Amino acid sequence: MSAQVATTTVATAVPLLAVRGVKTYYGNIIALRGVDLEVHDGEIVTLIGANGAGKSTLMMTIFGNPRAREGQILYEGRDITHMPTHEIVRLRIAQSPEGRRIFGRMTVLENLQLGATIADPARFEEDLARVLRLFPRLKERIDQRGGTLSGGEQQMLAIARALVSRPRLLLLDEPSLGLAPLLVKQIFAAIRELNEREKLTVFLVEQNAFHALKLAHRGYVMVNGEITLSGTGRELLKRPEIRAAYLEGGRR
Amino acid sequence: MEIFVQQLINGITLGSIYGLIAIGYTMVYGIIGMINFAHGDVFMVGAFLALIAFLALVAIGVTAVPLALFLVLLIAMALTSLYGWTVERLAYRPLRHSFRLAPLISAIGMSIVLQNYVQIAQGARVKPLPPLIQGGYTLIDNDVFIVRLSNVQILVVVTTLALMAVFSWVIARTRLGRDMRACEQDLKMASLVGVDVDRTISLTFVIGAALAAVAGIMTLLYYGVIDFYIGFVAGVKAFTAAVLGGIGSLPGAMLGGLLIGLIETFWSAYFSSEYKDVAAFSILIIVLIFLPTGILGRPEIEKV
Repeated sequence: MSAQVATTTVATAVPLLAVRGVKTYYGNIIALRGVDLEVHDGEIVTLIGANGAGKSTLMMTIFGNPRAREGQILYEGRDITHMPTHEIVRLRIAQSPEGRRIFGRMTVLENLQLGATIADPARFEEDLARVLRLFPRLKERIDQRGGTLSGGEQQMLAIARALVSRPRLLLLDEPSLGLAPLLVKQIFAAIRELNEREKLTVFLVEQNAFHALKLAHRGYVMVNGEITLSGTGRELLKRPEIRAAYLEGGRR
Repeated sequence: MEIFVQQLINGITLGSIYGLIAIGYTMVYGIIGMINFAHGDVFMVGAFLALIAFLALVAIGVTAVPLALFLVLLIAMALTSLYGWTVERLAYRPLRHSFRLAPLISAIGMSIVLQNYVQIAQGARVKPLPPLIQGGYTLIDNDVFIVRLSNVQILVVVTTLALMAVFSWVIARTRLGRDMRACEQDLKMASLVGVDVDRTISLTFVIGAALAAVAGIMTLLYYGVIDFYIGFVAGVKAFTAAVLGGIGSLPGAMLGGLLIGLIETFWSAYFSSEYKDVAAFSILIIVLIFLPTGILGRPEIEKV
């Protein structure tokens, strides 16, 4: 079914990921009130917003869990709104989710093997070596159980687990949460490198708006389940309302 | 001393059978957090399918015992797996996103359905199978007591050990086992890395049912009689074994099965056989008071 055509070289107008008018509910409570956004091939796009704005819900809605009750999610123009989660992953979209969700009773290696579920098993060694080069710390911990890693190491593992399957689109949910500033820097540098060197498209959800907007080509701001602002990273950084709400200690 | 050795042999045999059934309970609980109350009846169906297969093989002239046994094992495991798969598909999967008690109630319903179905299809009377495997070894023979280890007992214990070894290997080393453990730890994340969660859950039911089928065959060979009601008692015992060992833990299920088998046999031998169930359940209660997660169950102490 999935036509693996080299779309990277052909400049197509079809966005890699398009979210159109998506509404998501938890029971009767509305969490996303009609979200529209696009991520183009080769871009780093960030979505910023306060706690509870619906950022993580959007990330999970893209994977069909919870499902969008209205609207459409398109991947390379193809409607994936009602596809089972594991089949969406097969389209080479990977996610490092909110709260990292490491398999705590499995070793680092097993976590990475699981990350490679959809990848070609013959290339696993090569893929593994690739992510371990990016996060050498994980190499030292390879036989350790995921639950015994430090927070920063778990974050690295969550990103490595998403990367080991060679995704085209990587969804990162708050990779900087709870990490020391130096580590945040390292992780953001890694994201930039992957984007520049391997043309990996990244959709990044962050509360750390300053770093995220500096890194991203474009950004969206979500408030209370709606997109209220969008623009290039630079533009958004200059906007006074963004500075007030997200960059200067939450002054209003 | 002689009584002790004899009861030890009997207890281990019985415990092996409980252990095989208990694995089905503990695996399903580990993955989807429900108690599959129909599992005991799947075991009973396995025993019936084995009996039917034996009789059918005799009817077509397969009389060599090892060959017949091997074929019965394959047939009963395959068909019982189909039952396990169907039960999940019909009674549990549609309720997966419903409230927590829904699949539990559905499981009790499924248990009643299977019992009545077998009762109607096969009759309520006890079904005998003439002893296929005879003989054994006399370990101790003084003038008062004879301690015997029968060939059936050897078969039960060896088969159980072999199956558990294979099964542990599958869980620890294969891709399917890894997927199952991933689902057990975090269903949502498992689907996010591309594991087909529905398929993995189905396979869990299939494997549990196949092991229960083996337990059914062993029961049939060991006791020589079965009826449509054996699933209830064996199911409750095996469930107790799973809880005793620590529900969700595979070595726990094996250990729990062994313990329940031993408690039951020793209590019957030294005290009274009428109260053997009381003994087994009392030990369960006592253990749970001091170790609420069972003997090998783990309290959640992971870093989040």
